[in-house]
Amino acid sequence: MIRSTHLPLLITLATFLLAYALCASAYPAMLSTRVISNLLTDNAFLGIAAVGMTFVILSGGIDLSIGSVIAFTGVFLAVILRDTSIHPLMAFAIVLVITTVFGAAMGALIHYLEMPPFIVTLAGMFLARGAAYVLSTESVPITHEFYDFLQGLYWKAPSGGRFRLIGGIMVLTFLVGILVAHRSRFGQNVYALGGGAQTARLMGVPLARTTIGIYAISGGLAGLAGIVFSLYTSAGYSLATVGVELDAIAAVVIGGTLLTGGYGFVAGTFFGILIMGLIQTYIVFDGTLSSWWTKIVIGGLLFAFILLQKGLTWATQARRRRTVIGSAAPS
Amino acid sequence: MFTKQALLASVVAFAPVTAMAADMTIGFSQIGSESGWRAAETTVTKQEAESRGIDLKFADAQQKQENQIKAIRSFIAQGVDGILIAPVVATGWDEVLEEAQDAEIPVVLLDRTVDADESLYLTAVTSDLVHEGSVAGQWLVDEMAGEDCPIVELQGTTGSSPAIDRKTGFEQAIEGNDNLEIIRSQTGDFTRSQGKVVMESFLKAEGGENICALYAHNDDMAVGAIQAIKEAGLKPGEDILIVAIDAVPDAHQAIANGEMNATIELTPNMAGPALDALEAYLADGTTPPKWIQTESKLFTAEDDNQAIYEIKKDLGY
Repeated sequence: MIRSTHLPLLITLATFLLAYALCASAYPAMLSTRVISNLLTDNAFLGIAAVGMTFVILSGGIDLSIGSVIAFTGVFLAVILRDTSIHPLMAFAIVLVITTVFGAAMGALIHYLEMPPFIVTLAGMFLARGAAYVLSTESVPITHEFYDFLQGLYWKAPSGGRFRLIGGIMVLTFLVGILVAHRSRFGQNVYALGGGAQTARLMGVPLARTTIGIYAISGGLAGLAGIVFSLYTSAGYSLATVGVELDAIAAVVIGGTLLTGGYGFVAGTFFGILIMGLIQTYIVFDGTLSSWWTKIVIGGLLFAFILLQKGLTWATQARRRRTVIGSAAPS
Repeated sequence: MFTKQALLASVVAFAPVTAMAADMTIGFSQIGSESGWRAAETTVTKQEAESRGIDLKFADAQQKQENQIKAIRSFIAQGVDGILIAPVVATGWDEVLEEAQDAEIPVVLLDRTVDADESLYLTAVTSDLVHEGSVAGQWLVDEMAGEDCPIVELQGTTGSSPAIDRKTGFEQAIEGNDNLEIIRSQTGDFTRSQGKVVMESFLKAEGGENICALYAHNDDMAVGAIQAIKEAGLKPGEDILIVAIDAVPDAHQAIANGEMNATIELTPNMAGPALDALEAYLADGTTPPKWIQTESKLFTAEDDNQAIYEIKKDLGY
């Protein structure tokens, strides 16, 4: 059954299909498997980070640290693989623990000190970026057989598109994210928290555990995004992925999640990512437009979706009021 | 729209060789527009492509490598005939270059090189920073012709490769000439304001009459220094000879006004040689050398600097 809460998701999906159709009519090459595989590969790190961001925004919070955490992860991996003989899998495990604990610590600060997430994660952003700079200010190349092996894992479609491992990791992350958000107790708690902390408390939602869990997921997924980014560029660079958190927030909102929390879908974020990737692809295909049009179009889309959300909220409230008045009237 | 595409498709299908020469499409992934020089490089690249009838697809990466990789992948998906990249960092290009090679699309690097295997790109078009420094040094050697000349040097940003290489080249060129000696050398951070401040301190420390020549690692610092020399009541270009590198429009104007003596051009036209190489390669498979060095041209008062200024000022510097 289609409910009004599904409407933003459907609009996102329709926007994506419409945008793709428009792009394909202008450039038939946009239909090639190369473009589809590029959309998945090139946006893998952003998509993974955006899953974490979806949980954060669903709970009514914000996480500004993820761009820095991705850069930190990349530099950390590059330095550790350069200076020690640790196996990359071990390094992945270490860095995921670090970033998850980092996220959990931010969650704990937000909950126990009752600090706004904006401030706490802003501090986290500076901390992680600073830590990356301390490790190395230069771009450190990663050369390891295991990296070559992972980068060599792809399925080549008949017309030349390469579906790489990192694109697969992103899709898998989204699937798990969807299950957790919509089919688990934790997911329900996230939605409840987004609807209002007081109400959630009265409903018996364990606020501390949920808040810490949300930011731990966001931190951990930023770490995973960092691993994917290091596979993507074969290097760790402290200046990389500046502002990715904002792209992730944009993808979540374009994906139909309410910025105030409580409403939204992880699957919507997936299409939000694809829409943003599509805009970039179109601008490169065109080749004459300034790349900054990407930002302008995304800005416009964001604005449209925020207005849409507000409109829907008003519409549902107005209808509720009408039903209340209707039922109170004598029959 | 549809008929045009159908027509194009049939042309490509039936006459692939001639079609390539007629409608060549080249993708250009630029770092961004962080400096005047880079903006000029972009303008010149667009002009070069237009004059050859090449359809240039331009993508500005806004200083981000991920944007450059995305742009290159999109170029490949689009099936361009060749790709130009000005890489933002040296690392992390193997994967995407392999994809280009797989699709048989030649890639030419502009202005900077990468850490990837040489076989992954057709050629790299860059300037030789050491050579630029030595051209500046040689000019001064010839100009002084054995006369004593204490030199002050305004270095670029400490530790940056242009600063290191331009210093090395200059020192190599003046080596063995006992009449030339660098008496002071300090960083002016490649900026106009720092160039002025550091030159002021040189003038105070040494006294203007004891400085014969100034070597600045870029024109911006030299322009700042000219201001400082004027404020000290000396005549730049006469009392103190000035040689710098880059050949930005303001330097040409300073030379035209007699306030500066020489500048060595870091040409924004990297695309010219790159497109030559690409065209030759696509036409009959001519493989260019792995490194194409751009000319480091010396400009002095003998050139028509006012005219060059007029041409260059519209390039976006």
